[in-house]
Amino acid sequence: MNLYAVKAIYVFEMARTFRTIYQSILAPVISTSLYFVVFGAAIGSRITAVEGVSYGAFIVPGLVMLSLLTQSISNASFGIYFPRFTGTIYEVLSAPISYVEILLGYVGAAATKSIILGVIILATATLFVPLQVAHPLIMLTFLVLTSVTFSLFGFIIGIWADGFEKLQIIPLLVVMPLTFLGGSFYSVNMLPPFWQTVTLFNPVVYLVSGFRWSFYELADVSLWVSIGMTGVFLTGCLVTVWWIFRTGYRLKA
Amino acid sequence: MNKQPIISIQGLSKTYDGGFQALRDVDLEIRKGEIFALLGPNGAGKTTLINIVCGIVNPTEGRVTVDGHDIITGYRATRSMIGLVPQELPTEAFETVWNTVSFSRGLFGKPANPGHIESVLKSLSLWDKKDNKMMTLSGGMKRRVLIAKALSHEPRILFLDEPTAGVDVELRQDMWNLVRGLRDSGVTIILTTHYIEEAEQMAERVGVINQGSLILVQEKQELMDRLGNKQLRLHLHEPLESIPEALSGFDLEFVPESCELIYTYHSQRERTGVTMLLLALGEERITFHDVDTKQSSLEEIFVNLVTWEK
Repeated sequence: MNLYAVKAIYVFEMARTFRTIYQSILAPVISTSLYFVVFGAAIGSRITAVEGVSYGAFIVPGLVMLSLLTQSISNASFGIYFPRFTGTIYEVLSAPISYVEILLGYVGAAATKSIILGVIILATATLFVPLQVAHPLIMLTFLVLTSVTFSLFGFIIGIWADGFEKLQIIPLLVVMPLTFLGGSFYSVNMLPPFWQTVTLFNPVVYLVSGFRWSFYELADVSLWVSIGMTGVFLTGCLVTVWWIFRTGYRLKA
Repeated sequence: MNKQPIISIQGLSKTYDGGFQALRDVDLEIRKGEIFALLGPNGAGKTTLINIVCGIVNPTEGRVTVDGHDIITGYRATRSMIGLVPQELPTEAFETVWNTVSFSRGLFGKPANPGHIESVLKSLSLWDKKDNKMMTLSGGMKRRVLIAKALSHEPRILFLDEPTAGVDVELRQDMWNLVRGLRDSGVTIILTTHYIEEAEQMAERVGVINQGSLILVQEKQELMDRLGNKQLRLHLHEPLESIPEALSGFDLEFVPESCELIYTYHSQRERTGVTMLLLALGEERITFHDVDTKQSSLEEIFVNLVTWEK
């Protein structure tokens, strides 16, 4: 394995994060803090507790998941799209590096950034709401699995996109609505029965539900169903990436 | 020079998705330690050929080996031997020169070696720019950085795709001095250029590619001897009004009121006709005060070859 190449890509990508720290770290932390202030403190104080958990604390897993999803996609898609856009991708394609190593570098860096961000947001949340983590290991597993899965998804978008607009279309028009409608701010049980069924088609429900269970042992669906659905999405992304590299789709003529 | 091939290309063809056939059944061997110039008009297939060897473009048919390793099955071995300076100037605008060159070394599987990076940057007069961001550099400087990136992992083969396009004369000379130094250290160099005089000065062998087909590969000198015409230029004492009847059998070029008479001939032929011409001039009492000869340039040969192909 060409570990020097993996390290080179990883360090290069991480350096970009620290070079753009306001955009990469500070902006998502501030926007999430605003959610805590508005939904947790201002509006949340007038909403009754959800199954014994204060509303402010209830939305923490959903907000972390919202940031993880959007940032994983954004980091990974930009990470691979930018060299394609500038033309510097020629160097990666001509290097003695396998597709797995390329993935480890780009997706590894994107997932690391998201995990760092998730931890920072959790730490920030403790300033606004009382936070407890009932199952830290499972919480960490969801944090890592979600970051890796959606970084892979972002990588696919970065390969698929042929312009900056396309980079934004999926995160803004698909991922963001799915996250808002995926139980980030409410329990699925609060919905009428018909909408509860519809919601189950939203993959984000399983991520938020499993992640929230690790905090408060509250879940809309079974923990194992959540882990299973995350695994299915991860597998889907891996198969797509394998196909991209096998065919050279939008990478090699 | 070692005549053993380091790159072997057999039956290489490339057809892009849109149906455009960029390469047609190309066979080529590049020898270890040589400077090989690949000439051809725009769109001839030069860059496609280079990109296939480097792994950037997939071949449609054919096989390429580098030092005995197949470029598909043994890609790690082949690519680690190759450095590429692309035709365009793709750079990471916000990175420093030092970081971008160090990145290239790591990418090609080499451990960090600040001493080597320093010597490469110094050899390209980039040392004082090492902390500059790429976007602050001129086009010529960016070109140097791309060369530094290609040399960062100490390649045994260097592809230079139009390396001096848009580069000033001084920098061009520096680059060619560097290339000669690399060749002397055993690096094999394959270059494409539009400046044919450079190929004429630098290359040991020349390949001409046109419309995806390799028309010719030959030692540069042999090529010039074989296909090159020679011109005998006679500076006459007095201008001619017209070419006398006795000289009409010679392929003479004559500009009315000019004092020059130009005779074009193939230098490699057994009978060049020069003696006969001089005798005929003497009989016609046409005198001259000076004479010189001129060999066809590689550019003229190249244009003739490509035109003939059409």
